[in-house]
Amino acid sequence: MDLSMLWYLVPSVVMLACGIYGFVTRKNLIAILISLELMLNSADLNFIVFNRFLFPGSMDGMVFTLFAIAIAAAETAIAIALIINIYRAIGNTDITEINKMKF
Amino acid sequence: MDITLPILILAIPITMFLVLGIGGVKMSKKMAGILGIIGMGTTATIAYTVAITYFFSGDANFIIDGVRQQYQVFDFTWLSFTDTLVVKLGFLLDPISAMMLVVITTISFMVHLYSWGYMEGEQGFQRYYAFLSLFSFSMLGLVVATNIFQMYIFWELVGVSSYLLIGFYYKLPSAVSASKKAFIVTRFADLGFLIGILLLSFYTDTFNFMDLTSNPERVLASTGGASFMGASVLTWAMVLIFTGGMGKSAMMPLHIWLPDAMEGPTPVSALIHAATMVVAGVYLVARMFPVYCVVDAAMTFICCVGAITAFYAAVVACAQIDIKRILAFSTISQIAFMMVSLGVAYDKPIEGVHYSGLGYMAGMFHLFTHAMFKALLFLGAGALIHAVHSNNYTAMGGLRKYMPITHWTFLIGCLAIAGIWPFAGFFSKDEMLAAMFARHWFWGAWMTMVAGLTAFYMFRMYFLVFWWEENPHYKEHKPHDAPWQMSVPLLFLAAVSCVCGWALPFGELVTWNGEPYHIHIEWVKVAIPSILTACVAIALAYVMYHKKNDLPTKVKNFWPTLWTAANRRFYWDEIYMFITHKIIFNIICKSIAWFDRHVIDATMDGFAKITQKASYAIRGMQAGTIQAYVAWYLAGAVALAAITWICLI
Amino acid sequence: MFGNILIWFVVIPVIMMAGLGLCRNSSMNAIRSVMVVCSTILLGLSVWLCIDFLRLREMGVTDEMLYTGSWMWYAPLNIHLAVGVDGISVLMLMLSSVIVFAGTFASWKINPLPKNFFLWFALLSTGVFGFFISIDIFTMFMFYEVALIPMYLLIGVWGTGRKEYSAMKLTLMLMGGSAFLMLGLLGIYWHSAPEGGQPTWNILEIAHNASIAPEWQNLLFCCTFVGFGVLGAMFPFHTWSPDGHACAPTAVSMLHAGVLMKLGGYGCFRIAIYLLPQAANELAWIFIVLTGISIVYGAFSACVQTDLKYINAYSSVSHCGMVLFAILMLNTTAMTGAILQMLSHGLMTALFFALIGMIYGRTHTRDIRQMGGLMKIMPYLGVCYMIAGFASLGLPGLSGFVAEMTIFFGSFQNADLFHRVFVIAATCSIVITAVYILRVVGKLLLGPVQDEHHLALTDATWFERLSTVTLILCIAGIGCFPNWINETIQHSFAPIMAAIQSAAL
Repeated sequence: MDLSMLWYLVPSVVMLACGIYGFVTRKNLIAILISLELMLNSADLNFIVFNRFLFPGSMDGMVFTLFAIAIAAAETAIAIALIINIYRAIGNTDITEINKMKF
Repeated sequence: MDITLPILILAIPITMFLVLGIGGVKMSKKMAGILGIIGMGTTATIAYTVAITYFFSGDANFIIDGVRQQYQVFDFTWLSFTDTLVVKLGFLLDPISAMMLVVITTISFMVHLYSWGYMEGEQGFQRYYAFLSLFSFSMLGLVVATNIFQMYIFWELVGVSSYLLIGFYYKLPSAVSASKKAFIVTRFADLGFLIGILLLSFYTDTFNFMDLTSNPERVLASTGGASFMGASVLTWAMVLIFTGGMGKSAMMPLHIWLPDAMEGPTPVSALIHAATMVVAGVYLVARMFPVYCVVDAAMTFICCVGAITAFYAAVVACAQIDIKRILAFSTISQIAFMMVSLGVAYDKPIEGVHYSGLGYMAGMFHLFTHAMFKALLFLGAGALIHAVHSNNYTAMGGLRKYMPITHWTFLIGCLAIAGIWPFAGFFSKDEMLAAMFARHWFWGAWMTMVAGLTAFYMFRMYFLVFWWEENPHYKEHKPHDAPWQMSVPLLFLAAVSCVCGWALPFGELVTWNGEPYHIHIEWVKVAIPSILTACVAIALAYVMYHKKNDLPTKVKNFWPTLWTAANRRFYWDEIYMFITHKIIFNIICKSIAWFDRHVIDATMDGFAKITQKASYAIRGMQAGTIQAYVAWYLAGAVALAAITWICLI
Repeated sequence: MFGNILIWFVVIPVIMMAGLGLCRNSSMNAIRSVMVVCSTILLGLSVWLCIDFLRLREMGVTDEMLYTGSWMWYAPLNIHLAVGVDGISVLMLMLSSVIVFAGTFASWKINPLPKNFFLWFALLSTGVFGFFISIDIFTMFMFYEVALIPMYLLIGVWGTGRKEYSAMKLTLMLMGGSAFLMLGLLGIYWHSAPEGGQPTWNILEIAHNASIAPEWQNLLFCCTFVGFGVLGAMFPFHTWSPDGHACAPTAVSMLHAGVLMKLGGYGCFRIAIYLLPQAANELAWIFIVLTGISIVYGAFSACVQTDLKYINAYSSVSHCGMVLFAILMLNTTAMTGAILQMLSHGLMTALFFALIGMIYGRTHTRDIRQMGGLMKIMPYLGVCYMIAGFASLGLPGLSGFVAEMTIFFGSFQNADLFHRVFVIAATCSIVITAVYILRVVGKLLLGPVQDEHHLALTDATWFERLSTVTLILCIAGIGCFPNWINETIQHSFAPIMAAIQSAAL
């Protein structure tokens, strides 16, 4: 069966919306990080879809996605390391509690 | 004439000022005094040489067909405002400037000599001599000015010298405030002078006296009939210029500084506040005389101011206690006399006779004689103060036995100022009165009355100081005549006051147009009435004051309000105090300062405060909560998208 | 590039900064010697420049600007480092170098952090010198900003009293002025060339093109005049001056009142009037009113102040108002007067602030009510203060008189009633000036000694004497021989007057 582009884009939008919602509302750093990953992945998905449907001859979108995945992995590692350190320093990962450097 | 001598007349005093002013600290007092005296002596010698050359050499530069000429010895460009309006510094020789050279250097030399005795032991002796030199320089520069701007320059300089010398005893608050008052009042008058110069130079496009005075009709024409508030521009200019003269010459209502100026050392009062600086106003009018002649209103103004001042000052002088103040008011009155004399001297024939020459000549003659006898009186007063250490006649009395030289010279001074034949004042006063009678009997009668008052208050002072009753303090501290440095000037000036009236052919030398004027004394119409008035006044003074009695107290109690008012100088000082302190200082200045701090500055601060408040109000948006940022960002993005979408539809 | 003498006016302060950078913070002597050597060289250089300039003029070189040079700096916007001087700039350079020289000696014992103080001081001078040599308005603006910024630190760190507040106020107000200025300058740039031509920042080219449309001129004139007017302490933008001066350290007050405030007058003259002559003819009256108010208002305010520095700051408002007032009269004589007044005010205010600093350093108060009879205790400083006072109230023989008279006589050439009224109001300031100067002199120097502790104070030291004597000599020099200044600047007004007259037609 032929799936049109819409079949891929709708889940992607849903993922992005979930990611944004989670990013804005969650207080836990880990949850925020997961939301961030959701947004990234939705973007990756778009890259692939547009590449496949609109420019079947080129591979640019695929390459970008691979890049993004690699960078996302590295970034996640750093973020988790930071979160662990924050947890060690102040005892929790609630974002509203992390205001030592404000003002 | 060679340029060297005139330049030296100015160069020596200013050099002396710099030498004594800068090097004085390192000098001994004696050294400074000798230097000052030698410097002034040399200047006087040179000035005499120049004056004698001018009057008697017969050089074609100075006299042509018996008419004396104005001659500019040099005229350097100092500052050019425009191509045509150029300020020059020069040396103008004409009858009045030559006469003033003699007057200034003579009195100045006498005062230099006198001060050596009088100021002995004072702190700042060197400074004193430096200031005297500065004053002499400025005054000499003023009288030889070739243009009105040069006159203004030196006018300001004499003002400042006077300020420095009045405030010589700068630790005394009274001296400080007197000097301040003198400077500010004259400065206020100079503002008028400056605006007058601005107007005059704008229309005539020149500062030069010779250009202005040689053709007054051109000056009149150059204003092109412009007028302001009903008076022609030239009238305004000349009246404003005269205002400067009113300030320096202490005419009403700008006279208030002169009595206070007596806070300065007495020789200074003799030099500046009796003989030279205060006659600068008269000299200014004389200098611009041809121009004043074409401005009737200004001449009338001068007459009125002079007549009122003369009377006022004479009345006030009758009720003073401080002998220097009496002399100060006498000076004001006498200068006003000269002013009236110039004011009545019109360049218009009255009943076919030209009287302009008479009033002008008489005014200048009186300036000359007055300088001599008033300096004498002041120096005499200095000797008295030196002896009894007080300015008030209440500390004196019966001094004729203790101080014979002072007594006799002082008597000569009093006779001269009262106008008794054959002393100097008689001749000049007689000519002035003749000129006034010639103009209108009212001026003559009024001024004869003032002359009578003059005789009265001078002899009142004379009797109170030298007769009356011996002060008991003399037993502890016996007064004695002054040292020779002080006596010599007294004797010299007394001699001059005796002879210069009849021995000096003044009318042949100094006239307004350079043509000789033959002095002729009108015995019956003028001289005898005026001598009689003076004699009556002296007799009255004799009756009241020659020995202790209660007549003065009775007279005083006859109308005590008047006596108090005259003693308080008719409250002019209080009026000025009210205007300057209460109105200008407290109301205007303070409110402006308040306005600056609380309105203007507060507005500026207000801008800063509003910015600060606003930033505090919105800083919550920048609190570092990433989630809020994202929400704002998203809202913004959606809003933008919505707008774009709406626009595209 | 370094063959041009003018460049050295910027290079030497930079060398000065480098030299200071090499000194250790503790070695006062090294710091002082760097400052003295460099400021002496600058002084010598400016004197030499003046002599050479006069020589060239004597030889008949009538170019508007001499020693011109131009080096491309940023091509896309056509910004050059363009230099050149006429008589006015030469005099301003002399003034600045004299004050830098005197300021060095006046801050001989600055504490704390002498090295940093002099570093900022040198940067400030770089800006000032750069401003006066530039003929490219962008570079001019840049140097202007360079001169402003160090002010903040100099006042904020080394000042006295409410120094942080004052430093902030001064900087913000002047920056506010700069914002207007930038607007004006950009406007001038975009309209500087005729249709289709390459816009330029060069003053000479802009003036030559004369292509700014009248409706734009009015707007730009207001922007530039207000922008520079803030620095020139024009009413009602003057309030930074009393607070700023009161809190600034001695040398900074000297440089600020002496030179930096002149940037305002110079800028108004060189940019607002010269480049926008039509608007100058049309709108001068607005600013004549404002500056006229400044003159009288500043003088009246000074009469009731009790802090020495406040008195001087208000008197600066009055005197600097006179500068702008004279410029707006739009004739050669009044403008000459404005230049003379800039020099005169620069020198005498510097002298005033130096003396106030010296007196404050001894008595630790600037309140005239707490002092008195200082003439007896420190005669040298007292005499200098009197000389400065006399210069300020316009005593002949000192510079103030010459400047004021030239301004009055020049301004009086405008014969209509409006100008007359304001000129006469301005002349009244000579009386008010006398009042507040004599009031201070009377209270501070004369009379009985107020405070017993003051009796133990000492008179001026050698470096203080050197600093004051330099300034007094300059003041007396201008006052006694003013005509050489006229000769130096006489060619400088011809192009400006030509622009104004052609615009008036």
